[in-house]
Amino acid sequence: MPLLEHTSRGLYCAAGDFYVDPWRPVARAVITHAHADHARPGHAAYLAATPSLGVLKTRLGAGAVIEGVGYGETRSMNGVNVSLHPAGHVLGSAQVRIEHRGEVWVVSGDYKLDYDPTCAAFEPQRCHTFVSESTFGLPIYRWLSHQELFGGINRWWQDNAAAGRSSVLFGYAFGKAQRILKSVDASIGPIFCHGAVEVLNRAYRDAGVALPETMMVSEVDKKFDYSGALVVAPPSAQSTPWIKRFGDYSDAFASGWMAIRGARRQRNVDQGFVLSDHADWPSLLIAIRASEAQRVLITHGQVPVMVRYLRELGIDADALETEFEGEAGGDEKIETKVEPAIELPAQPPEPSDKPGSP
Amino acid sequence: MKRFSQLYVALDNSTRTHDKVAALVEYFRAVPPEDACWAVYFLTGNRPRQAVPARKLHEYAAEASGVPLWLFEESYDAVGDIAETIALILPPPQNASALPLHRWLAERLIPLRKLDEDAQKASLLACWQELDQRQRFVFNKLITGGFRVGVSSLLVIRALAEVSGVDAKVISHRLAGDWLPTAENYATLISTATSSFDISKPYPFFLAHPIADAVETFDAELGPRSDWQAEWKWDGIRGQLVKRQGQVFLWSRGEELVSAQFPELIAAAAPLADAVLDGEILAVKDGQVMPFTALQKRIGRKNPGKKILVDTPVVFVAYDLLEVEGEDWRERPLRARRAKLHELVYGIPDNTVLQLSDIVRAPSWATLAIAREESRQRGTEGLMLKRRDSVYGVGRAVGKGAGKNNGKSGGDWVKWKIAPMTVDAVLVYAQRGHGKRASLYTDYTFAIWKQDGEKRELVPFAKAYSGLSNEEIAIVDAFIRKNTLEKFGPVRTVKPELVFELGFEGIQRSTRHKSGVAVRFPRMLRMRTDKKVDEADSLATILHLLERIA
Repeated sequence: MPLLEHTSRGLYCAAGDFYVDPWRPVARAVITHAHADHARPGHAAYLAATPSLGVLKTRLGAGAVIEGVGYGETRSMNGVNVSLHPAGHVLGSAQVRIEHRGEVWVVSGDYKLDYDPTCAAFEPQRCHTFVSESTFGLPIYRWLSHQELFGGINRWWQDNAAAGRSSVLFGYAFGKAQRILKSVDASIGPIFCHGAVEVLNRAYRDAGVALPETMMVSEVDKKFDYSGALVVAPPSAQSTPWIKRFGDYSDAFASGWMAIRGARRQRNVDQGFVLSDHADWPSLLIAIRASEAQRVLITHGQVPVMVRYLRELGIDADALETEFEGEAGGDEKIETKVEPAIELPAQPPEPSDKPGSP
Repeated sequence: MKRFSQLYVALDNSTRTHDKVAALVEYFRAVPPEDACWAVYFLTGNRPRQAVPARKLHEYAAEASGVPLWLFEESYDAVGDIAETIALILPPPQNASALPLHRWLAERLIPLRKLDEDAQKASLLACWQELDQRQRFVFNKLITGGFRVGVSSLLVIRALAEVSGVDAKVISHRLAGDWLPTAENYATLISTATSSFDISKPYPFFLAHPIADAVETFDAELGPRSDWQAEWKWDGIRGQLVKRQGQVFLWSRGEELVSAQFPELIAAAAPLADAVLDGEILAVKDGQVMPFTALQKRIGRKNPGKKILVDTPVVFVAYDLLEVEGEDWRERPLRARRAKLHELVYGIPDNTVLQLSDIVRAPSWATLAIAREESRQRGTEGLMLKRRDSVYGVGRAVGKGAGKNNGKSGGDWVKWKIAPMTVDAVLVYAQRGHGKRASLYTDYTFAIWKQDGEKRELVPFAKAYSGLSNEEIAIVDAFIRKNTLEKFGPVRTVKPELVFELGFEGIQRSTRHKSGVAVRFPRMLRMRTDKKVDEADSLATILHLLERIA
């Protein structure tokens, strides 16, 4: 029997009697990270990396029973050794390493190899079986370096400021937004955030991630002149009356999907910045090789493509069905990636909240 | 090439007219005429022909990127645009090129087509090696024959006017027709001197604004009926007959010279005074207007033979006069232009080929609406309404609403089309769209029921890709992805489940279509979520429509 298997409730480790990121209520859940499709409410007990606890609590509610474990620390569950290791995706994101009678599996959760000053960098784990995501598993996805990317964002902000415009940047409220805040040149102008972003900023600051000073838009007078300012908001705010207060603004969307011109145009924003918290094609291949795994299981994203490609490279690869998947058949779905903004106070996230969030 | 790519991206990214014009102005100010002429050429709708066979392009790009061909195809499927797929998938370039646009074109791109296969491949790979992602995209667009950019000729003309201080209408006129990209032509284009222009040059066509309001609102929206001239709206080829210094040229609305296709029109203009006429080329036989497909046979054939001239004779129905004996008449009111046009056309003895467009006489909007009911029997698409004191403008007519109130009145030329014929059909095949819609399934094939004895089957009969809102497209796109039965290259066979109301302008029997009929201008009017597949229309309904108009 494999160490982990797909069940109707989630990925199950029978030997240790626990689930990894289960999608239906279970007794014991090991959570890779706090995005809503991975950390769902309703489980009896949670185990997660210590740096993720702040965010997890805002999302699961105060009543959830969550045990924190430091990166690299081992917990024994029914004789199965479980440890969490940085995945570089968002604050507190982890790969789950599972060891039983000498056999090692690693579940990557969502991960990236790119530099991100708001979370611990991905640490490759040697294993026999590596479970990898594949959101951007096509060779057309190749991210820019941190310098080039944020150089572009800073330039856009600066040009808008020089023209007396405000700059409204849409990005996922958890992770993406904080990475942006931490990486932009805050000397260009004041920074404002949507309430859904600000609540996560607090959790990040509480966890010791220093972010530049931000103000919540709802706490500012409606007549405020935003020219020169940067506003960070979740994508769902794009076509709401909320946006009108920024007057003459330029808008931009930060997402890996912005690599594709059709998706950029469909978004109908002035700029698309290719900024993702998922691994691009070269990173996926690097991470898979670095695991030295004999067997690779591919989940959510470009599953059939990655499986076929890895097999052609001589790697024993297969699909692993999960409900993290964006769309059946591994087909891309670019245009409906709209996540609902998280409202204050935190509500239980919708199960369909984030299908392979960009 | 770098500058031109930057311009392309700026135009492509921006949705603001002001920013686009500013980017164009900046570009034209910065580059030498050798480059500027090419930019004008490409941005006003000219495209180089495909330089490399598509199949080969896929192979070379896959090889240069070190990915198997199937993975390249998967990537192409996700991107939906070949030029972009290649730009994204190639590894970063080795060296950068500083060659200006005209040298890139002269030394790399133009020779590419003529090279043999091996040399072509080597040249192509070398080109990719020295271009960054953005430049590769533009370069690929140029070699795949799919070059398009999000800017209208009008904006290019506006920018050139700003750069040169020359009136936009003058530039527009200089640019019309067979304008070739040379530094000299560019200099002439923006020259403030009133130089003599090419005698063949047509004027930009003035286009009408659609109106779909109830006729009861016309008095309020358009004013008194007596201010307007009404004519039938023909479904032919819009043309401009140019006669200068005794020479005759015929241009189609695509600003293509079509003199060679219609020798009888050129001959008929021989006795005409020097003048420029705007009108419609129509195929007319035994007093009957032939369907548009008859005309299509003529447009595809230069120097047509005797048989086709006899089988498909054409006439030129003139409805406006733009120039008389070298003098520009466009600023004169329509009533004056029409009177002079009447005089010129009727001054030609024994002439049946150059005709004057009929004025539809009806004293009120209400009576005109009754006359309009005859449109279909007459083989027309409805009525054209032109304000009697209007000038002949440039581009699409906009009036008091400055284009904001689409579908409402506004503009001195209004097309009042008849409601389309409609049919409920089933979505059966889907393909991705282009440009902005490249990542979405937006091009659909629709089928209707065909009863064959006991058997009843869906037969494809029309393709349509317009008429849905973005929200509806998203719904249909999601449906297609979930309900794909088979993939044939870019085409997906879709589970027959969605019913749409299709509108179209004309029907004809066709041996090329499985259904045996072909429709003109099909488009989606709405999704019929209230209808099941079984309730879609049948071929019999369509044949009935066909009989009704015949």
